[in-house]
Amino acid sequence: MRPTTRVLRLQRAQPLYLAHRRHAHTTPHTNVTTEAEKTTHFGFRTVPETSKETLVKDVFNSVASKYDLMNDAMSFGVHRLWKDTFVSLLKPGKSGAIRCLDVAGGTGDIALRILDYAKDNYADRETSVEVLDINSEMLKEGYKRFKKTMYHKSARIVSFIEGNAQKLELPPSTYDLYTIAFGIRNCTSIPDVLKEAHRVLKPGGTFACLEFSKVDNPILATIYENYSFSIIPLLGTILASDRASYQYLVESIRRFPPQSQFGQMIRDAGFETGGDFEGEGGAWRDLWGGVASIHTGVKI
Amino acid sequence: MSAATTILRASRSCLAQTTICAANNNVLNQRRFFRSQPSYDGHIPLNWFENAFLAVGSAIASLSDPRRGDMIAALGETTAGPALPRLREVMLESREGRRILKDRPRVNSSTIDMQELSALSEGTFGRAYVTWLDRCGVTPDTREPVHYIDDPELAYVMQRYRECHDFYHCICSLPVNVESELALKFFEFANLGLPVAAISAVFGHLRLDSERRSRLFREFVPWALRCGGSAQSLITVYWEERWQQDVGELKKELGIWDPPQARWSKPLSEAKLAAEKRLQTSQ
Repeated sequence: MRPTTRVLRLQRAQPLYLAHRRHAHTTPHTNVTTEAEKTTHFGFRTVPETSKETLVKDVFNSVASKYDLMNDAMSFGVHRLWKDTFVSLLKPGKSGAIRCLDVAGGTGDIALRILDYAKDNYADRETSVEVLDINSEMLKEGYKRFKKTMYHKSARIVSFIEGNAQKLELPPSTYDLYTIAFGIRNCTSIPDVLKEAHRVLKPGGTFACLEFSKVDNPILATIYENYSFSIIPLLGTILASDRASYQYLVESIRRFPPQSQFGQMIRDAGFETGGDFEGEGGAWRDLWGGVASIHTGVKI
Repeated sequence: MSAATTILRASRSCLAQTTICAANNNVLNQRRFFRSQPSYDGHIPLNWFENAFLAVGSAIASLSDPRRGDMIAALGETTAGPALPRLREVMLESREGRRILKDRPRVNSSTIDMQELSALSEGTFGRAYVTWLDRCGVTPDTREPVHYIDDPELAYVMQRYRECHDFYHCICSLPVNVESELALKFFEFANLGLPVAAISAVFGHLRLDSERRSRLFREFVPWALRCGGSAQSLITVYWEERWQQDVGELKKELGIWDPPQARWSKPLSEAKLAAEKRLQTSQ
């Protein structure tokens, strides 16, 4: 018996193609769930519905202080372009001053852009934004950010509310614009969020959601996949000493429904969207090939 | 009978050759393209690209903020390479080292009984250790667990190295300021051969002012390299069995002599904070 063949056999316990499939990091774990407790996904883990909110809260408590730094590092600053595109698509202030609700708006990126856009393009200083977030640490960071701008202390222009997107303690038919950027995938029940959004918007009001989505192009998808699962958790370890939160982040992106399905969920909540296709007149608009995508709907 | 012995001899020689080949195909020849499954609690498997990325990233992070213990730990694990299997061989060759690998003792405040050690007589290693901890204001609890080593036994060797670092401080009578840490890194590199010790030694002194740096290279480095190189490999020392041993005798046995007089400053606040936290949690 030649030693080399024995060594090869010892080293590779099963054929290489099977090994690849078994070790693919994108395969979600399976869990046995009892019929009694309702479960939901937390990244690739399956957790009881009641605990997802706490788990997400813990994640954002720990990432809050370095949130903006990490966003810049992970997306090489591209998230700024996405948010700029998002706000310019909505054109806040075009038809006069409006009341906006920015949900999961924690650090205030969208709120600031809305106010700046209305001011710079339409000389509109009456448009107001209410920033709502479930996490007080993120709101603190947002408040600090606004202290560096001229909008600080203008309570009727920008205010910060701690609340739950699934159960908004706000009066119905109040807002002209409801935005939620990179927040809806962290919510336990997306249909509840959409229902609440429908309730608090005035008739004719716009619902707009910017979120990570599915990439169709296979080459881009492979690069994106490898980047997400290799580099991002490591960036979290190096920059923020927190691998787990960023692992959750990339897993939660994979769990979010694809563009068309999410468009249908928006329609199910009672909104009118564009057609079931991408682009001008469609229900969604892809950014960077589907890495992020903007869904809009109007309450009739 | 002869057929059986032939088969037995053939299979034994095949096994011997297989072991040699397996040993040669060890760490250096690994090409981990796909991530493996975790093999112990806290294990984070990395493929070769992620390993390299983390090595570079943790090197930059450690240099810009040397207080990031987790980054120095990550640097050590990602750059360990063939040094850890070599350390394991060294441990296997010594009787005491084999006992350590079998028992796998851990060093933290639940396994080290501080009361018991401070009750030992003056001049014993245990007493000297507790005195050193108090004098520097540190506790045995501050070591990051191992995440990035794939083999569980090598992960234990790395963990043991990290946890015994304070014992090396004590036996060499060095405090915890920057120049003493660097001197100890030179010592560890000469004694154990881990790349992270060399990296810390080579780049760490850039943070010192010129007076301390010249003192480091003039007095401490020659001591560290000579003493570390000639002393017994400290990874094989079962420190927990030697609490009652006389310090002078221990030093002679290991082949260590004292460094030039180091600069001892005020104790750090770590031990006080840890004691306060313990008091709070017990109340």
